[in-house]
Amino acid sequence: MEFGLSDDQKMLVDTLSKALADAAPIDMIRSADAADFRASPVWRQVVDFGVPSLLVPEEHGGLGLTLLDAALVSECLGAAVAPVPHVGASVLAPIALTGAGSAAQQAAWLPRIARGEAVFGVAISEHAAGVRGDAGVIAKGRRLTGVSRFVVDALGADAFIVADLEGGLHLVPADATGVEVEPVTTIDRTRGIGHLRLDSAEGEPLDEGAPEEILWGMVEAGRTMLAADTLGAAGSMIEKAVAYSLERKQFDRIVGSFQAVKHLCAEMVAELEPTRALIWYAAHSFDAIAEESAVMSAHAKSLVDEAGRFVARTATEVHGGIGFTDLLGLHFWFKRIGLNRQLLGGPEYVRAEIAGRLGWGSIRSTRASI
Amino acid sequence: MDLSFGPEYDAYRETVRAFVARHAGDAPRTMQAGRIGPANLAWQRLLIENGYVARTIPREYGGAGEGSDLLKTRIIDEEFAAARMPGGLFNVGAAFLVPMLLELGTGEQKQRWIRPTIHGETLWCEGFSEPDAGSDLASLKTHAVEDGDDFIVNGQKIWTSDAHNADMMFCLVRTEAGAPKHKSLSMLYFSMRTPGIEVRPLATMTGQSEFNEVFFTDVRVPKDQIVGARGQGWEAANATLKHERDSVGNPNSGGANAAMRLNQIAAILAGEIVDGQPQIDNALLRDRLVQLRSRAEALRCHGLRMLTASARRERKGAAGLIVKLVGCELNHQIAALAIDALGEAGTLADLSWQRRYMYALGLIIGGGTAQIQKNIISERGLGMPREPKARGT
Repeated sequence: MEFGLSDDQKMLVDTLSKALADAAPIDMIRSADAADFRASPVWRQVVDFGVPSLLVPEEHGGLGLTLLDAALVSECLGAAVAPVPHVGASVLAPIALTGAGSAAQQAAWLPRIARGEAVFGVAISEHAAGVRGDAGVIAKGRRLTGVSRFVVDALGADAFIVADLEGGLHLVPADATGVEVEPVTTIDRTRGIGHLRLDSAEGEPLDEGAPEEILWGMVEAGRTMLAADTLGAAGSMIEKAVAYSLERKQFDRIVGSFQAVKHLCAEMVAELEPTRALIWYAAHSFDAIAEESAVMSAHAKSLVDEAGRFVARTATEVHGGIGFTDLLGLHFWFKRIGLNRQLLGGPEYVRAEIAGRLGWGSIRSTRASI
Repeated sequence: MDLSFGPEYDAYRETVRAFVARHAGDAPRTMQAGRIGPANLAWQRLLIENGYVARTIPREYGGAGEGSDLLKTRIIDEEFAAARMPGGLFNVGAAFLVPMLLELGTGEQKQRWIRPTIHGETLWCEGFSEPDAGSDLASLKTHAVEDGDDFIVNGQKIWTSDAHNADMMFCLVRTEAGAPKHKSLSMLYFSMRTPGIEVRPLATMTGQSEFNEVFFTDVRVPKDQIVGARGQGWEAANATLKHERDSVGNPNSGGANAAMRLNQIAAILAGEIVDGQPQIDNALLRDRLVQLRSRAEALRCHGLRMLTASARRERKGAAGLIVKLVGCELNHQIAALAIDALGEAGTLADLSWQRRYMYALGLIIGGGTAQIQKNIISERGLGMPREPKARGT
């Protein structure tokens, strides 16, 4: 029984965090443009490191690693507030293509994903966060019409994986006729989010095997990745808060020597730290204990969302007035955590889903798979 | 990452299962607190003989003499819990005194006391806290002065579990007047039948008397009844406190684990109909239930992580210091939800959830308050400054 990281995984985290710290200083984050990530040294760093190849099978030029490895990468990216595509481009797209793509589709796209040459946006919000208003994409044959909201890694994407309202998966090139990406300016400037508007756009179906199961797997994996991203970002905020409290003096004392401040820091750790093991478990179950993956990824997402919000506000508070200003850039982490919370299902929505899966009460059912 | 235990441990699990199955009929339903009857004593002996209890205590002191193996310990816990079979006595002697003796006791003390203590024949109580020395334990006032071959002890202890049943007490007292407060304490032990000891039960908010106050008036203790050297009492106390903090508050340990209690609450909510609606369909109550489940799952996984970290001898950092704080709070919140699920009927005096709700609050305070836990997490886990020592001590 080993419930811990391997030496390789620890090395991955060490090396990647160092590389990101060098490549993404705060001034770079400040001036980053999520839509223009290809020009960013961070994207180059991430590609050189092999991040987009992590989940691509070896026969397609990838590393064929596990979702836990991908979660560790997400944690590092969150910790560094790295302004690059990841959850959609390097995690969910490879999962979709590997699981539901034809041999030809895999051969066409997976090697390019692995090399960082093809970047996918992933449009599954309606299946993970619910159908809001009249959102949703309807498929008629190969023609897709409708809006998918808050598409992850949408800006600058070469192509999209789109889930229609029936749960069918489609591959849609960004330059196809009838495809429009409406950029959404969220609080988090480090991520490229957009609404995908399709007007009778032609897509290729991804329908090998059991696409519904693959879609559900994408929801699970996406939630676990966002949870890991928040874990990383919140962990950074705790480190920064503690470090700042040990420098700043008031009343001739460092403020970190006041019990009121120490206790806030302890509370942040107590909220956040148990979620680390929960995320590991959720990621591990995706590959190894499939029957637990849906519930555990939902637990991970919703619990980390809450812990993240608590840490984001508390760490800012520990910084005092300077935390509220733009000077330290602490708000980049605050906002990253804020966006993660709402993507692919906020905590209340996800918890209602857990209740349904545990047989607790009569619960709405928007997805056929629930 | 590998959650399987592997063939060696799977085989061991089968052995434990076979034992549990064999004794389904004759195992006692519970282990008594306090004075222990013959059935419990026999069960404890059987568990030690089979290496399920007192596993790592050397055979020469009456233990099972097995090597330390966290996975086997976990398998034992899991299998006994699954069968709702009591896994041995829990008492302060076995849990806290024995590790202290193993660390600091003389050969003679180990020979004399460990065997009867782990077998439940000698019952101990722990004399640490005092009315004016709770979180600041080292400021305690009970003192012992030398008189010939004896110490003479005067003072008072409080929160003493089992004092009215105990045969013996191990007791932290001040012996070195004038020395700094952490260097002036000694760990004495003595019979509770020594003249000059008075035990008064301390009724608590639960309506029971889980604790006592113990008063000492000129209690004579032979000078060799000391663990470690004079002035080494604080080290001896810390040898036990470490075990105490590890043992309190883990909501997933034992038979009544958090997941099981939450399932019980789900059943209560399903059965409670208010305005024609089963309360499990009340979105607010259901959301609270799921939140607690998420926390329980996180702590379960955290336990696996800490187990592996212990087995690999990895540094745990702040992660190793949070279970008491987080676990006790979770237990309290679980009981609170059960009460709310029942509405007015949640206030019935004989409702076990009410007792658990109050007792869980006691555990948030006891064994190092939540505030002390936060000091420990921030100081030892995050490297923040220690609380300043008060002037004049």
